[in-house]
Amino acid sequence: MDDYNSPLGHWLKYSSVILGVNCIFLLPLVIIFQCFSINNIEHRDDMWKSLFSLPIPRWSTYSAKFFYLLLLNGLYLSLLAIFIIISATILDLLKPEYKFNEFNFSAILFKLHLKLFLVSTSILSIQFLLSLVWSDFLKPMGIGLLLTVFGVIAANLSWEYAFIIPYSHPMITLNDFSSNTSYLGVNLSAVDLMSKEIWFSLAVAGSTYIIGYFVIRNRSVK
Amino acid sequence: MTNKIIETRNLSYHFGVSKVLDQVSLRVEAGSIYGFIGPNGAGKTTCIKILLNLLQTDNNQVFLFGKEFKNNRTNILSRIGSLIEQPALYHHLTGRENLKNRAQLLEIPTSRINDILTLVDLSEHADKKAGKYSLGMKQRLGIGLALLPDPELLILDEPTNGLDPNGIIEIRNLLRKLVYEMGKTVFISSHMLSEVEKMVSHLGIINQGKLVFQGSLEELHQISKKQIVIKASRPIDAKELLSKMGYIAELVDETIFLPFQTNEQVAKINQLLLSNNHSVYSLSQSQENLENLYLTITQ
Repeated sequence: MDDYNSPLGHWLKYSSVILGVNCIFLLPLVIIFQCFSINNIEHRDDMWKSLFSLPIPRWSTYSAKFFYLLLLNGLYLSLLAIFIIISATILDLLKPEYKFNEFNFSAILFKLHLKLFLVSTSILSIQFLLSLVWSDFLKPMGIGLLLTVFGVIAANLSWEYAFIIPYSHPMITLNDFSSNTSYLGVNLSAVDLMSKEIWFSLAVAGSTYIIGYFVIRNRSVK
Repeated sequence: MTNKIIETRNLSYHFGVSKVLDQVSLRVEAGSIYGFIGPNGAGKTTCIKILLNLLQTDNNQVFLFGKEFKNNRTNILSRIGSLIEQPALYHHLTGRENLKNRAQLLEIPTSRINDILTLVDLSEHADKKAGKYSLGMKQRLGIGLALLPDPELLILDEPTNGLDPNGIIEIRNLLRKLVYEMGKTVFISSHMLSEVEKMVSHLGIINQGKLVFQGSLEELHQISKKQIVIKASRPIDAKELLSKMGYIAELVDETIFLPFQTNEQVAKINQLLLSNNHSVYSLSQSQENLENLYLTITQ
């Protein structure tokens, strides 16, 4: 049996299709939608004036929404990883010759999604701020999509400073994972949780969170 | 000593270059129903938004319950229930769910929800989506949300908008009950004096950002002019006679109006007309209508 047709080979081939779509397009788009939805519920029903006239500190309202978004994003990525495993398991029952059950890919997959979660916090914080400031969908989505395209191009061109574009981080993560794995073998160290894009992403998320707090603190509801 | 619940000190506010509020000094006493009236665009909602810290102002301009607002925001807001402009509701939730959501946010026992629904007469429609409510029902739910935390002060911005006459009467009775039986203070804005005249104890009239009158309803009555209304056989001649004698008489549709100070003056005017062979059909005293007075003040 050649390596290409090994159980690991099948796992990599199968998951790379889903991971590719997710990292190039789906993850940023889902984040854009999540951020829009969580703020739009207040924009749409003119609820900011009601929320801010309650005896709840503004930072509580702001932080609650931000951390709920993190939870939603974590849930999305966990469900995606679970979906890949479940669908591969079903495929294994239908096509036993793929031998998915002969290699345990779950730990690597979850670690990869943990990294995706960490690197996407910067996108999430930026989109959250944009959706907070603008009540319409077009501006945050337009800016988000433009930066996503720019980030994907920068990551795929292997530009040295691509990591300073938060929207390139999912793609860089996937490219790094691909270059650290081969059909011969893979282990958990293929997903580096100390990479510079993670630290950069967390720094951007932290800074944007603080900026967003000051925006909301001084915001007048007209 | 009067206990001021709301106090603003020379409050001014600008939207860009236009001055929306100009040196407004509100004084709202505990246990009163304060009607804040003025024409559309006079600055009522802006003032209310400042009272709720929705619009930012400098320190030491707004005091509620005797405390400076900015440094005591959470504490002050925990004692206020408010409704600003159109009620803000989650339209995808039912009336009951809106109240439940608010109760959870404010950590209030959800057992109060049924009482509030009964109070604002929405028990029958409690499980209908708020988006399907009529304007009056939305308004009542908004008032219910404001009342949910059992606040000491209720700030309502045009709460009778969209309500039918029965609804307005119900709200009026509810507010009276809250103040006179439950000891609350109500600050209510309206662009129509007639709407709040029957329930308020105090009034503030705002026009073009300036507070042009503030005081009790009696004080407003006192500044309204007392008039004699005369119907006589020859009104033009009668008016000329009165003018010749130094009275400032006005003739409108064959009826003579003239201001007076004392009842003796009324008797003298009557005698004057009779002694000059005028038949007096009717002679009565009237006070300038408050609505007219309000219009005069705000013009």
